[in-house]
Amino acid sequence: MNICEMTALELGAKIKSGEIKAPDAVRAVLDEIKKKDPYYSGGINAYLLTIEQEALERAEDVQKRIEAGEFEDSPLAGVPIAIKDNICTKGVKTTCASKILGDFKPPYDATVIEKLNAAGAVIIGKLNMDEFAMGSTGETSFYGETKNPWDHGRVTGGSSSGAAAAVAACEAPCALGSDTGGSIRQPASFCGVTGMKPTYGAVSRYGLIAYASSLDQIGPVAKDAADCAAILDIICGKDEMDGTSLDVEHKSYLDELSGDVSGLKIGIPKQCFGDGLNADVKAAVLGVAETLKAKGAEIEEFDMPLIDYAVPTYYIIAAAEASSNLSRFDGVKYGYRAEGFEDLTDLYMKTRSEGFGEEVKRRIMLGTFALSTGYYDAYYKKALQVKALIKKAFDEAYEKYDVILFPAAPTTAPKMGESLSDPLKMYLSDIYTVSVNLAGLPGISVPCGFDKDGMPIGAQLVGAPLGDHVILNAAYAYQQLTDYHKKAAEKFGKEAE
Amino acid sequence: MAWETVMGLEVHVELATKSKIFCSCTTEFGGEPNTHCCPICTGMPGTLPVVNRQVVNFAMKAGIALNCDITRYNKFDRKNYFYPDLPKAYQISQLYLPICRNGRVPIETESGLKKDIRIHEIHMEEDAGKLIHDEFNDETKCDYNRCGVPLIEIVSEPDFRSAEEVIAYLTKLKSTLEYLGVSDCKMQEGSMRADVNLSVRQAGTEEFGTRTEMKNLNSFKAISKAINYEAKRQIDVIERGGKVIQETRRWDDNKDKSYAMRSKENAQDYRYFPEPDLPPIEIDDEWYDATRDSLPELADAKKRRYMDELGLPEYDADMITGQKALADFFEETTALCGNPKEVSNWIMGELMRKLGDEGIEAKDMKLTPKALATLIELVGKKTINRNKAKEIFGIAFKEDLDVEKYVKDNNLEQVSDEGLVLDIVKKVIASNPKAVEDYNSGNKKASGFLMGQCMKELKGKGNPGVVNKLLNRELNK
Repeated sequence: MNICEMTALELGAKIKSGEIKAPDAVRAVLDEIKKKDPYYSGGINAYLLTIEQEALERAEDVQKRIEAGEFEDSPLAGVPIAIKDNICTKGVKTTCASKILGDFKPPYDATVIEKLNAAGAVIIGKLNMDEFAMGSTGETSFYGETKNPWDHGRVTGGSSSGAAAAVAACEAPCALGSDTGGSIRQPASFCGVTGMKPTYGAVSRYGLIAYASSLDQIGPVAKDAADCAAILDIICGKDEMDGTSLDVEHKSYLDELSGDVSGLKIGIPKQCFGDGLNADVKAAVLGVAETLKAKGAEIEEFDMPLIDYAVPTYYIIAAAEASSNLSRFDGVKYGYRAEGFEDLTDLYMKTRSEGFGEEVKRRIMLGTFALSTGYYDAYYKKALQVKALIKKAFDEAYEKYDVILFPAAPTTAPKMGESLSDPLKMYLSDIYTVSVNLAGLPGISVPCGFDKDGMPIGAQLVGAPLGDHVILNAAYAYQQLTDYHKKAAEKFGKEAE
Repeated sequence: MAWETVMGLEVHVELATKSKIFCSCTTEFGGEPNTHCCPICTGMPGTLPVVNRQVVNFAMKAGIALNCDITRYNKFDRKNYFYPDLPKAYQISQLYLPICRNGRVPIETESGLKKDIRIHEIHMEEDAGKLIHDEFNDETKCDYNRCGVPLIEIVSEPDFRSAEEVIAYLTKLKSTLEYLGVSDCKMQEGSMRADVNLSVRQAGTEEFGTRTEMKNLNSFKAISKAINYEAKRQIDVIERGGKVIQETRRWDDNKDKSYAMRSKENAQDYRYFPEPDLPPIEIDDEWYDATRDSLPELADAKKRRYMDELGLPEYDADMITGQKALADFFEETTALCGNPKEVSNWIMGELMRKLGDEGIEAKDMKLTPKALATLIELVGKKTINRNKAKEIFGIAFKEDLDVEKYVKDNNLEQVSDEGLVLDIVKKVIASNPKAVEDYNSGNKKASGFLMGQCMKELKGKGNPGVVNKLLNRELNK
């Protein structure tokens, strides 16, 4: 097995044992990126930036420290990791794939970056994404769309397009993405990798450039659930810099993976398997239930009618918060500033008109409208009320079930260009992911099959608040019994030879 | 036709916490531009606010002292608007669930009117930065040092009917907040700013007139003038058959006039919504009780105690407790010399006069409790006489003076030695035959002159009792 085919934990173990040197691992991944990624050579465009020199120096340093006995409890020491470009990296461009932040170099690291560094992981570059994490296809990036490794004519999903594509194409053993309404789980599903959104608050948001603060959460994208657990072990926990972060009491998500699902109660919401769901997807996701049932899990269908309201509720709350969060990009302090403005208002208008893309502007306008005097009660306040009801419905479901299972997306990856022309259709395709963010729940997308065109399908396992270990274990158990999650590495990793 | 002025106040008070409301930057006034700020208070992408608990404590203290209900579950909201001094393009404030509500401030005006002013709410918020306009280069520069400095806004009900009431209320607020130690309330530095909402109506009617809001009021004097100006302006408008326009007006203290800034039609829609980056603040009984129990004795209680326990006259007690710095000075000096009446006399007499002459506030003076206590003791022990003490007071007011050492070094101890004094008395009598003759013929004024001559010979250090006694004895021989 070559370096690029390995999971992060496999690579970490070989680095620890001395079989592979950390700088060699970094070089192998960087070579792979050079081969497969460049946009103008027909590459998949998962990366916006690689930091070769820094990554190699860092790998050398980590290697020395490993040899000196450091990082003993750090299974990912020396392992390369790629970062979605809305997570701040000190001195390294962080653009949110937007023109308006094209030259922005944060003078600070996000908390997750500090934690990764402390654990000896090696950051190799910044990943493409939908602009400001707004989009479900990866096509709204100012720096060009990311292509789905399985079919370059199809989208990767979004907004963590680069993260899912890079891991699938073996251009990174693992990555950090962010998930506001499905931005990790849906592209993971489209690209045949494992992606997890932790419980809201489990991971510090400090340094994550906000889209919708009450929904945003950083999470891992990796080859399997065990890698996700290892990454979550590093990045989770209370952070003094983030008042919304939670004091999560747990030993180790990785150590808690037992693969035992006997007696695990899995609920299947009927409403998630009705009209609009692709038949191949439906069959594959229900197959997950069968597989786990064979290992002792108990499966039951139940009603979750409120799920129909999730998309409008999500788009009001997310857009409202976004309209405020993105106001700071005004051309005054950093980032893009339009030329030839006449006065202050003109500076604001020109900068923001030229600096933001269509989808971002659409959501800023939607959100501004939803918060305006006279509309606040009808839209934003109502949306908060529905959000509370959705949370309550999930809470009630978790009195009966440990895990809820449904698809990550209604279809497999659509063709390039299909979605952007019809934004409403794109929004509706978020039906299976947004409710999880509204309720603040942990969710993980695991590869569970392929459609008739050979495109990957993802199933979503959703847990109760702070039930991150429960869904990780369910996903791990499933992956012990199946090999859908290995198909990407088998297909794209071999090319590394 | 009799007009009535109706006013409500919005008072912004800067809290005296060491660090800012959402980050650990210093709140110190001044400093080179953009040296008291960090990625958080300048709203850099990805940064998050975290509430400084001390800000909540201070706001709660103010609320309790102003008889408010404390909102045990309160929240921050975002107020959105674009301006270069506001780097996030929203101000974190409180709209829906402010920390304090329904307060009451008893006031007494100069002319003796007593009433309660109701407080609608007190909310916490962050200050914005400052723009510096460079006219020469036609540029505007941003200084973000003030960004994130904690403020509370105290919003009153429309309970004021005269400038006098407004001043009495502001004086009371200032004193209370100073006693609490939650703000230094310096209007010149902007740590206390008042906006006045004002309307007029015919006396006896219930309905409010259209109101204007006046800003940029930087002193009590300016507030008084602005209120009288605006009331007159509105009455003129109405009496001429016009209508008052709801608008914000800016007071120009140099021109004694206010100018319209923006009307209601141009008012911004701030699109308030709950701040998602900050969890709600939940104040449990323990936190509330601890804060309430930590409140110091406030002016009204102190005044009563000074009168009842220390025997001060009401007027003196009122004056001394009117400023926290004075009350502190009074108490510390009394603790050192054990003579409250004498301390009060010095404060009401010499100190008030000096403060008035120099135009400074008690909190900025150099005079130490130790210096005054020593002076009082030395006078009590008759080591120095009262006139000498006043002279020394003048010096101690300007510099930190070791009074005891000063008296010794300058040989100022009072001369009470009868032998010494008698020599001087005899010498003065011998060298002033005319005055002695006048005295003997019944001119009592001459005795004052001779007394003065003796004191002059004694370089002002003579014990007046001894000098007087011996002079009388010699003259009447």
